[in-house]
Amino acid sequence: MTDTARQRPGDVVAAGEMAAAGPARPRIDFARWRDLSLVPVIFVLGVIGFIVSPAFLTQDNLIGVVQQSTELGLLVLGEALILICGRMDLSLESTIAVAPVIAMWLVLPAHGARFEGLGLLPTWTAIPLCLAVGAAIGAANGFLILKLRVNGFIATLGMLTMLRGLQVGVAEGQSIINVPESFRYLGKADWMGAPAAVWICLGLYAAGGLALAYLRHGRALYAIGGNPEAARAAGVRVDRITWIVLSVGGLLAAFAGILYTGHYGSVAASQGNGWIFQVFAAAVIGGISLKGGRGTLFGALTGVLTLQLVVNVMTLGGVPPLWNQFINGSIIIVALIISRYASGEKQD
Amino acid sequence: MAAADRPTAVRAEGVVKRFGPTVALDRAHLAVRPGEAHALVGRNGAGKSTLVSVLTGMERPDEGTVTFSDEPAPGYGDTAAWQRKVACVYQKSMVVPDLTVAENLYLGRFQGTGRIRWRALREDARALLAEYGVDVDPRTRAKDLTVEQGQFVEIARALSFGARLIILDEPTAQLDAGGIERLFAKLRELRRQGVAFLFISHHLREVYELCDTVTVFRDARHVVTAPVAELPKDELVAAMTGDAEAGPPKRARGAVRAPVPRQEVVPRQEVVPRQEAVPRQEAVPRRQAGPGAEPVLRTEGLALEGEFDPLDLVVRPGEVVGLAGATASGNTAVGETLVGLRKPDGGRVAVRGRAVRPGSVPHALDAGIGYVPEDRHRQGLVLGRSVAENATLTVTDQLGPFGTVLPSRTRAFASRMIASLDIKTSGPAQPVSGLSGGNQQKVVIARALAREPSVLVAIRPTAGVDVKSKEALLGVVREVAAAGSGALIVSDELDDLRVCDRVLAFFHGRVVAEFGDDWSDRALVAAMEGMATAEHGAPTAGAEAGATGKRGESGKRGESGKRGKSGDQGREGSQS
Repeated sequence: MTDTARQRPGDVVAAGEMAAAGPARPRIDFARWRDLSLVPVIFVLGVIGFIVSPAFLTQDNLIGVVQQSTELGLLVLGEALILICGRMDLSLESTIAVAPVIAMWLVLPAHGARFEGLGLLPTWTAIPLCLAVGAAIGAANGFLILKLRVNGFIATLGMLTMLRGLQVGVAEGQSIINVPESFRYLGKADWMGAPAAVWICLGLYAAGGLALAYLRHGRALYAIGGNPEAARAAGVRVDRITWIVLSVGGLLAAFAGILYTGHYGSVAASQGNGWIFQVFAAAVIGGISLKGGRGTLFGALTGVLTLQLVVNVMTLGGVPPLWNQFINGSIIIVALIISRYASGEKQD
Repeated sequence: MAAADRPTAVRAEGVVKRFGPTVALDRAHLAVRPGEAHALVGRNGAGKSTLVSVLTGMERPDEGTVTFSDEPAPGYGDTAAWQRKVACVYQKSMVVPDLTVAENLYLGRFQGTGRIRWRALREDARALLAEYGVDVDPRTRAKDLTVEQGQFVEIARALSFGARLIILDEPTAQLDAGGIERLFAKLRELRRQGVAFLFISHHLREVYELCDTVTVFRDARHVVTAPVAELPKDELVAAMTGDAEAGPPKRARGAVRAPVPRQEVVPRQEVVPRQEAVPRQEAVPRRQAGPGAEPVLRTEGLALEGEFDPLDLVVRPGEVVGLAGATASGNTAVGETLVGLRKPDGGRVAVRGRAVRPGSVPHALDAGIGYVPEDRHRQGLVLGRSVAENATLTVTDQLGPFGTVLPSRTRAFASRMIASLDIKTSGPAQPVSGLSGGNQQKVVIARALAREPSVLVAIRPTAGVDVKSKEALLGVVREVAAAGSGALIVSDELDDLRVCDRVLAFFHGRVVAEFGDDWSDRALVAAMEGMATAEHGAPTAGAEAGATGKRGESGKRGESGKRGKSGDQGREGSQS
């Protein structure tokens, strides 16, 4: 009774005592359109880009944009899954660098190159090792958050700093340039006219989206994020699933690290530094609720593309690089406001 | 109205409020005299909340006027001025939990400028609380207050602003019997000082106990205002539900009834001669299982340290067993342990002869224990998600092959649930946050029934729902039993327990009395209250008293008797 104000739609129906969906149809459709709220923004950015520079609508430029979106996109994918189930992981931005570094450290020969590894394992294990490290980092976060019940924000913040330090320590503060061939392949290969990374990224988004929509454990993420107590009372194994999601997040970050490393042919000491802000911005702009339980991966993907397009358009428009940061930040805020009103939902 | 020419604490006339196409209030009017306790009742969605919003300045009416003591109401948005006129004590406490009582009392209006004078603040707070007879230390943090103390503090705060009209929105929902008594005593005391109360409650017996005037709203309109003494319970309920005086046909308005063959859940009962312990007449016949039938649920020595003592419990097919008990008596803990939310220290649980792994919800579910949690907002629902998702949360493994959840099957499953439980919703895709309380609760029940449990454990299944939903919900529980399962109702609501075949009364973690279906309100309430102990006696002595002399005399007899009697009224009220 106390929440009559929120019951309007129900009342309308009650008045007719009809269980059919008839009168409320537009509302449901609107909810469906919510995920598309950034599509017009992307379109407008495209028009602006076209006006600003004829180079914008060329194949090279557009492929460049999506290629650059892949690494950020994978981080956002991982973060989106984690956010949907009501947690957050700041350490993803360190995982993207530390996972490849540890993998290389274990496989690269101990002598002969500038970066001296341990040479413990054969080179082909580089990619599996890298992914395993990412998953292990996610699992460690899960241990801190779910078993020790420490605050997730601070725990992963500590993890972020610690892993960055680990990477700097192992790589002795340098960039690693003797990257294993398997890394290089994924970062550089072209499949069907587009970089392999783009296809992989799209494939993972599609898989993730399908899992969230059609798998019982995927659906469970929304229940866990929306109300973990209710999910637990309904028999959902909340902790186990959350733990898996955190590991998957780390795994995806490590995979992003592989693509990034392969693409640029090296692991820079600052790889991923400061990305987490972009990751959160893209996720929230894309309609993922920071409180959990709401959002879609398609929305997150549009968030990523929006951010990358802004950067691209600014570069083409000849904005002085010193102003990049300022404009980037303001665009995030503008996009946030637009998506807030386009979706009609508060983002608190 | 005769009252029209007397001064009023508040008077609303011709108030119209629309939200989009929906008319939430249609020419509503209400007048509360100083010192009056005025009940505002109506089913969910009748417009009560909107009227409260208008009366407290939270919403601006589209038409109509509101006056306080014959002066026009403050302008919309002038919060300070509204606070001096009227205050609302909500179901959920509005204090800041981590601040002390003193700070909460003076929040936003600390005396003087600049720094806060803590000592003076505490002294002021102490004086303020003393003035209204509230026995709370101002240094206590608000979160450490009991629900009851929190309400007193909020009332004192409202009065200190100068408000002489207090709106109480379901104030008793979270209180146990003793707390309700003390709240009512306090309210009576304040009324003598000229404070008027607008009392919103689903508990009709409380209306009769406390109020002198009652106003009924239905479908956004004012239906009737009358002194409670002149409005018998059945007429009051009839006014709320809109049924014609004599009753049938029920649900005159466009009855899309459940297509599922379901007997009328609760028939309009012929007026039975009033006597205590009339068993509630059931539409679904009680199928008394023979003692030989294999129990659907059996516990042996189930115990949880600090919550309840070893418990042997047997629920047979077709049986509804009630676990009665006041707050913290252990009955809730038994329910939560059975469904796996808490891990017992010892003992066994078996469903249809199969042992259930303790402390695991998934295993309890698989074994066939359905769960309707105590607080639907906390444990029952994912508010932002759809009806379909919530209703199918327990059966996601049955909605498609290989761990998939097919939307078509989800929708079909949810539609079936919506139909069979008569959930008022615009469709399976509507978020549950948009449903009324009663319908939300039906979704929770749907979730519990989705797995077709062998035994349904329902903790306070009708908390905060209106009279008709209450009947429907309890009817569903009976149907579950009639279909050959068992049900366990954990509650302190006599109306809930009335549908039970057997009732075990809990007190301090122990079963102190067992009743058949012929218990009297008085005896059951006495047992739940631990007989003489509620206030002064030693708990153990009380438990023994309850166990040995459940129908005996006790020091608390007077109070218990009164509660019991009002429970009768509540029951009649619910038999619309």
